[in-house]
Amino acid sequence: MALIKSAFSRFRTGLGRTRKGFVFGLRSLLPGRAINDELIRDIERLLIQGDVGVGTTARLIDGIKADHRDGKLSRGEDVLEYLKRELKALWPNDDRELRLAAEGPTVILVTGVNGAGKTTSIAKLCAVLQGRGRSVMLGACDTFRAGAVRQLEVWADRLGVEIVKGQQGGDPAAVAFDACQAAMSRRIDVLILDTAGRLHTQDPLMRQLSKIRSVVARQIEGAPHETLLVLDATAGQNALRQAQQFSDAAEVTGIFLAKLDGTARGGIVIAIKEATSIPVKFVGLGETTDDIEPFDPDAFVEALFAEGD
Amino acid sequence: MFDRLSDGFSGAFRKLSGRGSISEANVREAIDEVRTALLEADVHFDVVNDFCSAVVQDALGREITSSLKPGQEMIGIVHERLVELLGGSPEDGGREPGILHVSPGPTIVMMCGLQGSGKTTTCGKLAAYLKKRGRSVMLCAADLQRPAAVEQLETVAAQVADDAPGSATVSFYCEPDKVAEYGKAIGVAVKVCQHALQRARKDGIDTLILDTAGRLHVNDELMGELSRINRTLSPHQVFLVVDAMTGQDAVNSAKAFHERLEVDGVILTKFDSDTRGGAALSVRTVTGAPIRFIGVGEKMDALEEFYAERMAGRILGMGDVVTLVEKAQEQISEDEALKLQEKMAKGEMSMDDFLAQLRSLRKMGSMKQLLGMLPGVGQALRGADIDEKKFDGIEAMINSMTPAERTSPKRIDNSRRRRIASGAGTRQQQVGQLVKQFDMVSKMSRNMASMSMGDRVRAAKQLSAGGMGGLMPGLEGVPGIRTRGSTKASKGRFKPKRRRK
Repeated sequence: MALIKSAFSRFRTGLGRTRKGFVFGLRSLLPGRAINDELIRDIERLLIQGDVGVGTTARLIDGIKADHRDGKLSRGEDVLEYLKRELKALWPNDDRELRLAAEGPTVILVTGVNGAGKTTSIAKLCAVLQGRGRSVMLGACDTFRAGAVRQLEVWADRLGVEIVKGQQGGDPAAVAFDACQAAMSRRIDVLILDTAGRLHTQDPLMRQLSKIRSVVARQIEGAPHETLLVLDATAGQNALRQAQQFSDAAEVTGIFLAKLDGTARGGIVIAIKEATSIPVKFVGLGETTDDIEPFDPDAFVEALFAEGD
Repeated sequence: MFDRLSDGFSGAFRKLSGRGSISEANVREAIDEVRTALLEADVHFDVVNDFCSAVVQDALGREITSSLKPGQEMIGIVHERLVELLGGSPEDGGREPGILHVSPGPTIVMMCGLQGSGKTTTCGKLAAYLKKRGRSVMLCAADLQRPAAVEQLETVAAQVADDAPGSATVSFYCEPDKVAEYGKAIGVAVKVCQHALQRARKDGIDTLILDTAGRLHVNDELMGELSRINRTLSPHQVFLVVDAMTGQDAVNSAKAFHERLEVDGVILTKFDSDTRGGAALSVRTVTGAPIRFIGVGEKMDALEEFYAERMAGRILGMGDVVTLVEKAQEQISEDEALKLQEKMAKGEMSMDDFLAQLRSLRKMGSMKQLLGMLPGVGQALRGADIDEKKFDGIEAMINSMTPAERTSPKRIDNSRRRRIASGAGTRQQQVGQLVKQFDMVSKMSRNMASMSMGDRVRAAKQLSAGGMGGLMPGLEGVPGIRTRGSTKASKGRFKPKRRRK
């Protein structure tokens, strides 16, 4: 267990909180104990407190009980192995790479509820792509929230990328149109479009997302190549509905799980994976542009259940 | 919002309410469903367990098993406990709402919370709230970390100053040169807040609101900065802003903020989402601080005072009639209401009156929001897409009528219908429908005037089940709105409340 690859070490640091809450709980809880009702209640508590969700927790608990009956699990340690195995199996070889266009600009549309962390996540994404030698342009389609365009502009300055913006209160689809034109004429590799935060219950705003999508699709073939939904890691079970509603309206192709550096235990990822087939592509672990990691389920689960430092 | 939580409760109690008598095992079974509903609503695990055992204790203590209507008795107990959990016993529902006023001023209000919880928007809403009540406000941009946070607050302040109702001044204080990259200007905000206070004193401002940077509760440096602002300025009220969609972690962050700052009140944001809102229960329990406001939309007036009693009612599907009535009072004066009542009683209500009603109704908020406050309607409405534009259609039709047609819609024959339809850009049928339904409503309202109170309630229910449903386009076909079953269900839930009194 100590052999966690160094590449994952930062991921682990970010998840330090997660491990302390969740794994230390399991660690101190499981070894040496017999499997009985009390132990199972303790496991249930930890899973629920990790935002894994009632349904998934029930499934895992049922599995533990069944395997225990069949004699496959006898001690607390076995339960830990069982949980690791089950959770890893949730993420088979999903395509977690960013989908990039073979030719012409790739368009990445970034959506999410208010305050999920879209703009910061875009800055991180931008830095990752620049690191891979891609030229990036930002499109400020959040014409609604006060200061949103300016916020993205500050990031564009810091990262040294071009930004296309419109008037505050203007039509976001028009900005998307302009941004596509600019990206094509300047032969930019990747265009990232920021959109206004919207609650998934606001139907007109969700329809506006579809409109942006179709405007983009008419400009550039196959665009948007990637539609990322930014989810707040501290969000509870409502994040499931967000994932469902946003993918209905905007055909989400990946999730960017932001703010995983708090005490939130990240269990919502498990719940989301169970309910949707949308892969998690990145996790955000801080405030600077470096605080981004590709989501790696193995590392995630390993880190979730790793030995303490 | 709490609709989904209400659903869970309804399911659990439907089982109980059908039975004549129940055993202790039945109570435990029902409480299990309550437990699941609460957990799915993101109420913290420990809070749920405490809540459930308290309810079971109460239920068994009151010998609910021998009661005639155990289901209703249970609802009563859960309701009481919910009110208690959300902030005090039903008796002290009279807690003073709003924001403390300190003399001599300025009253200092500090906002804090995690990133993205909605602090800046809420600052604007509070400013609008105070402006409306004649209190001058200064908004201080103490968020020097997030790019453009200062500009955002500046824009919000200008919006409130220009557009929000009320005559009090709304000013803005910032020191944009102090803004730095994340983590590089920690502590500077203390000075900015001090300067803002000096300015507010000089200008004789009533309330100074400090918009601090969002921060993680595990970030020692930034939390330290908050403590310093707290020590240096001693704000009269510290509000913790919490995203209503937060999961189990709400407890951890609320606890951390509370330990550092002794939070005076909690403001829950994004309540207009479909979150089950369990964070409200959790945060209240760990901090002990009352929930003071809830944010229910993006507009600056989308802030409501929080009442435990009403919220518990909403959770249990009893609706929130009180808030609805208050909203109505804001729009319609008592005089107008009385006049209209008389007209209705005499059967003299005209299309003009109806149009005026419709307009003031629409000023109160979105139809979906309003209807959601009615008992039993919230659940049926979830997922229903009420097209507010269709109300424009009704307005257009009435606008296309002559004054004579408006006073006596009966004279609207086919030829007139055709004319009105072309004037309003709609089909003749639609006009016919409007006239027919209007006729139905005015007949019913005339009958109601001569009824006893009980008959009136019944008639109103019929009206909302039949006639009104038609007048509210977009509601046709919404399950539960027009079907009898749902009306009955809501009656059933509402009854015990009346009986108990």
